[in-house]
Amino acid sequence: MKIKNLKNTAEWAVEYALKSGASEAAANTSSVKSLNITLLNDGIEKLQESNQNSLNLDLYCNNKYSSHSTNDLREDSMKKFIEEAVKMTSYLAKDEARALPEKKFYPDAGVLGQNLDLNDASFASIDFKDKLGLIKKIYETIKGKSDRLINVTSFYNDSMSKGVRVHSNGFNGEIERTSFSAYANVSVNDPNGGKPSGGEGCSARYMSGLLSPDEVAKGALERALGKIGQKKIDSGVYKMLVENRVGGSPVSTLLRALGGRTLQQKNSYLEGMLGKKIASEKLTVTDNPFLKRGLASRHFDAEGLAARKMELITDGVLNAYYIDYYYGKKLNMVPFTGNPSNILYNYGDKSLKDMVKIIDKGIMVTDFIGGNFNSTTGDYSNGIAGFYIENGEIKFPVNEMNISGNAKDLWANLLEIGSDPYLYSSNQTPSFLFDKIDFSGK
Amino acid sequence: MGSTISRRKFLTDAAIGAVAVSFLPSFLKFNPTDAYAGLRNAGSIKEYYERFNVTDEMLAKVISEAMAKGGDYCDLFFQHTISNYVILEDNQVNRAYSNVDFGVGIRVLKGDQTGYSFAEDITLANMQNAARTAANIASSGKLILPVNIKEKKTRNIYPIEIPWDKISITDKIPLMTEMNDKIFSLDNRVIKVVVSCADDSNYILAVNSEGAAVCDFQPIGRISATCTAESGGKKESNSSNVAARKGFELFSKENINFISNDAVNKTMILFDAVKPDAGEMEVVLAAGDSGILLHEAIGHGMEADFNRKKESIYSAMINKYVAKEFVNIVDDALYPDLQGSINIDDECNDSQKTYLVENGVLTSYMHDKISAKHYNLNPTGNGRRQSFRHIPLPRMRNTYMTNGPHKKEEIIASVKNGIYCENFTNGQVLIGPGDFTFYVKNGYLIEDGKLTKPIKDVNIIGNGPQMLKDITMVADDFAMAKGGWNCGKGGQSVPVSMGLPTVKVSKITVGGMKK
Repeated sequence: MKIKNLKNTAEWAVEYALKSGASEAAANTSSVKSLNITLLNDGIEKLQESNQNSLNLDLYCNNKYSSHSTNDLREDSMKKFIEEAVKMTSYLAKDEARALPEKKFYPDAGVLGQNLDLNDASFASIDFKDKLGLIKKIYETIKGKSDRLINVTSFYNDSMSKGVRVHSNGFNGEIERTSFSAYANVSVNDPNGGKPSGGEGCSARYMSGLLSPDEVAKGALERALGKIGQKKIDSGVYKMLVENRVGGSPVSTLLRALGGRTLQQKNSYLEGMLGKKIASEKLTVTDNPFLKRGLASRHFDAEGLAARKMELITDGVLNAYYIDYYYGKKLNMVPFTGNPSNILYNYGDKSLKDMVKIIDKGIMVTDFIGGNFNSTTGDYSNGIAGFYIENGEIKFPVNEMNISGNAKDLWANLLEIGSDPYLYSSNQTPSFLFDKIDFSGK
Repeated sequence: MGSTISRRKFLTDAAIGAVAVSFLPSFLKFNPTDAYAGLRNAGSIKEYYERFNVTDEMLAKVISEAMAKGGDYCDLFFQHTISNYVILEDNQVNRAYSNVDFGVGIRVLKGDQTGYSFAEDITLANMQNAARTAANIASSGKLILPVNIKEKKTRNIYPIEIPWDKISITDKIPLMTEMNDKIFSLDNRVIKVVVSCADDSNYILAVNSEGAAVCDFQPIGRISATCTAESGGKKESNSSNVAARKGFELFSKENINFISNDAVNKTMILFDAVKPDAGEMEVVLAAGDSGILLHEAIGHGMEADFNRKKESIYSAMINKYVAKEFVNIVDDALYPDLQGSINIDDECNDSQKTYLVENGVLTSYMHDKISAKHYNLNPTGNGRRQSFRHIPLPRMRNTYMTNGPHKKEEIIASVKNGIYCENFTNGQVLIGPGDFTFYVKNGYLIEDGKLTKPIKDVNIIGNGPQMLKDITMVADDFAMAKGGWNCGKGGQSVPVSMGLPTVKVSKITVGGMKK
């Protein structure tokens, strides 16, 4: 759908909600065009093209709140949908904290004028053959490189999405962005039994931001072959080196405890820690929605709150929680945003390889498997796979082991932060080196 | 992205989902609220044609278009889902969400290749457009004779009493409030309660190029409570839920009592819980929820797509002994009322009870249309999809182990030093190596044959085929999980269920703390 139509629909929906009895309303309309190709070796396994449209409507009826979405955008359908939704919102309990944000929280011209560079103008003109060619080349690069190879599955996805947000108290904003991704998964035979697999991939706002097919192919094959001969070692306390691309797992023990709802519902082990030390001084974390071509860049969030850059953690000290407008009112705290954007770190000066060299006895984690985290207490436990390190050298691959502990201890024991942000995620984690981690194995 | 292929996430429905309020629509002009009462327990396809505004003639035209470039097979999957999600927080039912999803997915197969597209606004022109896109997977032209569409009747294994789309939010509010009050009254250490009620009314119509047309009404209800408590300066929280293919009758007094007591008991015991030792030990899995073990350790690895591609650790094990003779594992679509129960799969195939392991021997994979053709077998009715936006894949339904020869008491008594696992909040498997994990939220230490201290928050990791060999005892107390599980694969989520009698595994790695 065109932006103009999206805008008309959103404005109409807000107006119709007010006409139907809502005191305030916010509408978000969006359209997404996407292509998805999967190759199994050199043959197409799946080819999918689609266009989707949707309307999301937040209703406020004298401090009573409900939220509704539909993809049936015929006018008659939407009218009935809105009328019923407004009528029934009246049955809910009144909640004084429920209202659209005050105008002062909406983005001003300065924020809206920032060029985030999220839209690859060449999107519509890139030929299908070039997209297919990109992932075909991945297979061709891997083919014949190893007699242990079972399959190469490669994926290409792209999408163009447009969205319009309209609030009845005077805010409206638009967003247009493109995204591209390529990924390959290689599975191989392990002569000792088992069929390990490894993958490599990338996502970017511009097609030119993707890794080359050679890089994807080489990375995926190396990762799969590197897992041959995996074994578990004795349980014990080891140093843990977490590879940058899986750093999101340990970081989630911070992020999941920083949310407004988690705090207000007394489910955060980080409650009451503002201004206090929650991690080693090596950790400085910034939420930056203005990163050019960022995978989570934006001018405003899902409540229409203006984007703000925020240093969440400075030298291990907590500066801010993720407080949205609603829970901000409930907690009597100034709202920031309820949803993380791009998360960046003050990166160190050691690469992954440099950090391997300073480990006497440890495990480099390349995969987290399952597990969970208890945000109320900070307890975590996860399955892992990776490599055993001794005297500064990688010795052999390990698997079928768990790590367990409490997030407070984990972050207090952060020894080093790598120089290597992972660029293909909105959470640009570096490699992390932790001390004294409980590993369970044999 | 990407990692969805080699890793499967398996998350309990923690209620973040989306959606709510059945007061909603009757918003489609051909959808007067009362027109569908007869459908739910009958098989009349006529009302489905009206709901989606289609005729046999239109469907035949779309099928011809989809097959025009030489496809072997095509299907059209129509779906209309009305979802509601209501939440009580801070003692009040103060928010409600709803979602409406409406559309048709068109799939064309050529060998094991799939072309796919979908339309959200169902008109002949839009469907033909989507059909042309999907048809591009094939490239030879051929003359297609119009298909003669005939209804295929199905059984109904989930008849319901009170459809969700017939009740109002005002019916839910007093019950949710009752549950909140009950949880607070059970223990004065409770400081916060969240109660939620989620329901889907899912109408599907599938038509294929073989001329079969089937319809099904697939309801789902999920009621859950999360409880947070404070004691001696420490806080703990836990939750409980029930989920089933049932209507509003799911919100019974019995279930309100069960969820309330279960949430409180599972929270309070955490204050006394310890972490077990780290390392390999004997593990006893309690009846019911522990079916997650099967889902992860063998279920995904037995989905035929991974075996057709020779990527699964089980791909050369059919007809071989994989476990002791008293081990029987099934994936059963026909178990009444469960989340994973289906009258028919999403490819028009009859659903069935499929034996994965029979008397210790690996007997059958779970097939969709593509893999059944590959192996020259009949489909097993496992072709499932998240919605009309997704292609069907071989997926589990209700996966469980049947009763064995032992008693729960003798199993616990046989363990010198191990753990007893009761409930879980996550699981995952790597298909190729067979490594699987599940996260134990509640359990006990077993010391010298007796349950002693409670335990919490430990992950368990093992290898699927090795774990099957290590099942040394199976009790006679089979139970299905009461709560709801959503299973993720290839970026798609489907509701499933699972079950197990009390089982002993002689050795798995437990993620405890080294002493």
